Amino acid sequence: MEKTKMIYLDNAATTRCKPEVVEAMLPYFTEQYGNASAVYEFASNMKEPIRKARETIAESLGAKPEEIYFTSCGTEADNWALKAAAEAYQDKGNHIITTKIEHHAILHTGEYLEKRGFEVTYLDVDEFGRVDLDVLKAAIRPTTILISVMFANNEIGTIEPVKEIGAIAKERGILFHTDAVQAYGHVPIQVDEMNIDMLSASGHKINAPKGVGFLYIRKGVKIGSFIHGGAQERRRRAGTENIPYIVGLAKAAGMHQDSMGKDMEEVTALRDYLIDRVLTEIPYVRLNGHRTKRLPNNANFCFQFIEGESLLIMLDMAGICGASGSACTSGSLDPSHVLLAIGLPHEIAHGSLRLTLSDETTKEDIDYVVDQLKEIVARLRDMSPLYEDFMREKKER
Amino acid sequence: MQYSEKVMDHFQHPRNMGEMEEASGVGTVGNAKCGDIMRMYLDIDENEIIREAKFKTFGCGAAVATSSMATELVKGKTVREALEVTNKAVMEALDGLPPVKVHCSLLAEEAIHAALWDYAEKHGIVIEGLARPVNDISEHEEAAEEEY
Repeated sequence: MEKTKMIYLDNAATTRCKPEVVEAMLPYFTEQYGNASAVYEFASNMKEPIRKARETIAESLGAKPEEIYFTSCGTEADNWALKAAAEAYQDKGNHIITTKIEHHAILHTGEYLEKRGFEVTYLDVDEFGRVDLDVLKAAIRPTTILISVMFANNEIGTIEPVKEIGAIAKERGILFHTDAVQAYGHVPIQVDEMNIDMLSASGHKINAPKGVGFLYIRKGVKIGSFIHGGAQERRRRAGTENIPYIVGLAKAAGMHQDSMGKDMEEVTALRDYLIDRVLTEIPYVRLNGHRTKRLPNNANFCFQFIEGESLLIMLDMAGICGASGSACTSGSLDPSHVLLAIGLPHEIAHGSLRLTLSDETTKEDIDYVVDQLKEIVARLRDMSPLYEDFMREKKER
Repeated sequence: MQYSEKVMDHFQHPRNMGEMEEASGVGTVGNAKCGDIMRMYLDIDENEIIREAKFKTFGCGAAVATSSMATELVKGKTVREALEVTNKAVMEALDGLPPVKVHCSLLAEEAIHAALWDYAEKHGIVIEGLARPVNDISEHEEAAEEEY
């Protein structure tokens, strides 16, 4: 089938680089390509764009510039935060608390630390994917050195009670890290107000390129290096500064900061329009995640009796890019750990669809997507023996 | 998607998709937990020739395509010949499957066997070389229930 158009609704996977971002980056490839560590003016001039970028990022979080450390991606920031904090505070204790719905960058790092003598508690979440503060408090031990809870979930978009978690951590003198890869630039984050000690973010989720991210580390948090080498990033993260990407990240962060209020309002309205249409026009569907405490651009559904991968292929044939947490798309036999953690049975979790909008998404796009979705879901159900059985039983009742 | 053109064709235009009233044999295999369920209906004549085959599938693109191809391959064959439609035969007919999808072709083979098993049970015959598939989840009629 010839694809006539493409509607990209997988912005939680990655985003398009803004042309303004690319433009801001370009001079640093072919013109101002010096290594910021060198002595001559041509290269030492490169310190200025890095300083400015750090300042922009710091400002967006209410942090100090010297608390921002550029990394190669969000995953590196997560690895650094967890591994280095575990190492630095192991004299105080060996217990780490996180959740069952974290990104694999946290979960697999947690498993790695468990193999090295640390104890990790993976908190259950409620049906919406929210951490229960009483459950968190009950999990705290005298040996707890770190709490790491994501700011917002990448699959179901649920926003965690970060401020409350931060307050609990602060009160008990425990470090608090948040993986804000999906949230940063999309919802307001203030590290002081929210008592966040460390925060991971990524460029390519906010219209900057892939291959750049940062870790915010509160002054006074004594974690060591993760990447060893030169003296870059205040001796805490070695490696020649990726100046064009750092500039791009800061440009994108600034743009998101400037348009956040407007974007949140407009994208949330479109998201709600999408959710409302799907829930009212397609039977046997559920919304995953919280109805309001969710990222402005995230909608996640489970369509009963059908499987996610076939849904994605059919959407793709209609020019629509989405994602699913089905086993077939996760590369394992189990569907998404997030959907299982919110209590969905396997057969329901297999039929999940995540659509994540951007500021480029229009109402016309959503109308087209819902119209296509209705047809595709009906077609797949027509093929499904589960639907056949369900309808027969319904008739017999 | 790393599917062959044939797989995509059978997924987009499944052959023999649907239900069959009064089938000679119906078999359902798979597991909703794992995300794959196939149901195959066979219409078998008095000469043990498969006149018609139909399927319904809950599963990924490969699951739909292998079911579709399996129905195509068994149509017109005798019961004995149908037993030779193995997962390899289904895969080859589809120009191959990605390694992670090979289990779908096994399920298609099992769906054929489950339908034949049901046919054999209903007609009180034994088909040489046919065993009830491991993943058979068909609801076979319990004799005990009919006594009530």
